[in-house]
Amino acid sequence: MSADALAAPARFPDAAGHFGRFGGRFVPEALVAALDELAAAHRAAMADEQFQAEFAALLRDYAGTPSLLYEARRFSARAGARVLLKREDLNHTGAHKVRNVLGQALLTRRMGKKRVIAETGAGQHGVATATAAALFDLGCVVYMGQVDTERQALNVARMRMLGATVVPVTNGSRTLKDAMNEAMRDWVANVDDTHYLIGTAAGPHPFPALVRDFVRGIGDEARAQCLELTGALPDAVTACVGGGSNALGIFHAFTDDPQVRLYGFEAGGDGVATGRHAASITGGSAGVLHGTRTYVLQDADGQTQESHSISAGLDYPGVGPEHAWLHDTGRASYRPVTDAEAMAAFELLCRTEGIIPAIESAHALAGTLAVAGELAAELGRQPTIVVNLSGRGDKDVHTAGEYFGILDKE
Amino acid sequence: MSRIGVVFDKARTDGRAVLVGCMPAGFPTVEGSIAAMKAMVSAGVDVIELEIPYSDPVMDGPVIQRASDIALAGGVRTRDALRIVEEVAATGAPVVTMTYWNPIEQYGVDAFARDLAAAGGTGLVTPDLIPDEADEWLAASDAYELDRTFLVAPSSTDDRLAMTVAHCRGFVYATALMGVTGARREVSQSAPVLVSRVRAVTDLPVGVGLGVGTGAQAAAVAGYADGVIVGSALIRCLLDAPDQAAGLSALRAVSAELAEGVRNPTR
Ligand SMILES: Cc1ncc(COP(=O)(O)O)c(C=O)c1O
Repeated sequence: MSADALAAPARFPDAAGHFGRFGGRFVPEALVAALDELAAAHRAAMADEQFQAEFAALLRDYAGTPSLLYEARRFSARAGARVLLKREDLNHTGAHKVRNVLGQALLTRRMGKKRVIAETGAGQHGVATATAAALFDLGCVVYMGQVDTERQALNVARMRMLGATVVPVTNGSRTLKDAMNEAMRDWVANVDDTHYLIGTAAGPHPFPALVRDFVRGIGDEARAQCLELTGALPDAVTACVGGGSNALGIFHAFTDDPQVRLYGFEAGGDGVATGRHAASITGGSAGVLHGTRTYVLQDADGQTQESHSISAGLDYPGVGPEHAWLHDTGRASYRPVTDAEAMAAFELLCRTEGIIPAIESAHALAGTLAVAGELAAELGRQPTIVVNLSGRGDKDVHTAGEYFGILDKE
Repeated sequence: MSRIGVVFDKARTDGRAVLVGCMPAGFPTVEGSIAAMKAMVSAGVDVIELEIPYSDPVMDGPVIQRASDIALAGGVRTRDALRIVEEVAATGAPVVTMTYWNPIEQYGVDAFARDLAAAGGTGLVTPDLIPDEADEWLAASDAYELDRTFLVAPSSTDDRLAMTVAHCRGFVYATALMGVTGARREVSQSAPVLVSRVRAVTDLPVGVGLGVGTGAQAAAVAGYADGVIVGSALIRCLLDAPDQAAGLSALRAVSAELAEGVRNPTR
């Protein structure tokens, strides 16, 4: 190994998918062959110009990227920072998730598989997967906890309109983690013709690296856009962290810019101290969940604990292993944002900018409001902060309407 | 040779297969699971595979999931499972534990190996730990002379199969089909092929699991494998029964049918 390679921490996982002590593969042997096949297809695709050109064309012509970097002046005035919003909410299907889904759909076709399965919590990843399955003419089954199919009935209807089969999962806590278990069980049984199109940068190797590679365009675009708009790099980049895909997507282009601080905001629910939260890094401990070693909400015996968040997309008791590692190395900082803080920021963006954010993304906005003052004090000037506005809030209108008490009574 | 090896050896001499019966610790209660396993042993089950319940069992079908949920809702802890090992091992039947990796990691890998050995357990089956990630377990199982059973699958390449088997001690677990646990009408065609692939690289006994539920199926699997591993069909006896007495008597009947099956291999 060269001196340089030793000096710089390895950014990518090792060949077995480890990010420091995190990541790897904790899976039934039956899945190893499929994971190896996927890892090989991923490696080959990343080196294949034709694949890259096809992916780029889809992102441009179908998903509508590059997404805008918008200077939110009225929000900035309230934040005490120059806030630039990376408008992933304007992508087709309304979130950053479409990037990952299109990349994996192309890989599915490359591997000659005819069917995709997915897990979904809020339904955003399920809708994105159903969308890509329609476009690529793939069979599609989406597993969704029964609690979530009831909470997110509109997205269930969207998936069905797009031709997907939605399977309500009735075991365990009947939420996202159980949907993921069920998708894994389907995959073990149907791995020959099926690709598991995982929705975030979590799960066994190569998923965390593969998902990151498909969403990293967010940060590549934002970095160039910020330089063009402001003539400099931002002082900080912020994102919400559920499994971690939108955050990794925007962080990655900046990891070699040491002056750019990276902040990930986890769902603090009612507050980490109450135990009712989904902040795996801030409030969890190292363990193994869904095929990877990472930070997990668990009891002393290693049983997964239920997570709580007003945001269905952040309501997951684990986190992608690369975030666990970025936390350990100190390259990124992770902090919790409570439901109440997120909803206040949600309202502020609505009222100052005329943009209704996803409640997930509202966690990034709230976190940004919290760190803006610290940064200004530290730098002695107004900071520039790029916020990943990972999705739009249409899906959350009902939840937010109830939260604010603005729905007409029947 | 490990204690399980002795049981397999004797069965081989007798021209039959070993019957391995699985039960989750603490299902339906800690005492209930001890009674169930004692009933299984008295009805002819040779080896007990005690599953330490886990909240997210991705290799398990609906029956074991349900039983695990009931056990966890009842508050069973890893240390209770170790006490169960001790009580059941007192029957003389070898007790091997089985669980997903996170409960072991949180207990402490070395501490678990130490306490399992002290309780009289013979080893551990690891459905979601592959040798590639098992350095700590390899060391701890060596230190406390415990068996370690990794799984092989029809999809395992020859290289992986040889590597996995080389890390096993006691017996090898061949997953008969691509899928999760649960009794099936037919036991997969891929199982005999997988067993002969394992035999090509080891003299260790090979147990076949996933899908076995009847005496006839047990006899068929006994025709080519050294061990017949049954879980869901036994657990269902307790899930479906109106009360504990009825559950135990159904459990004894199914255990006896399976024990009869492994004693009459179809060749
Ligand atoms: C808009 C939006 N942002 C963020 C997330 C959280 O996922 P991740 O952490 O993988 O970006 C979701 C998940 O559903 C989402 O819909």
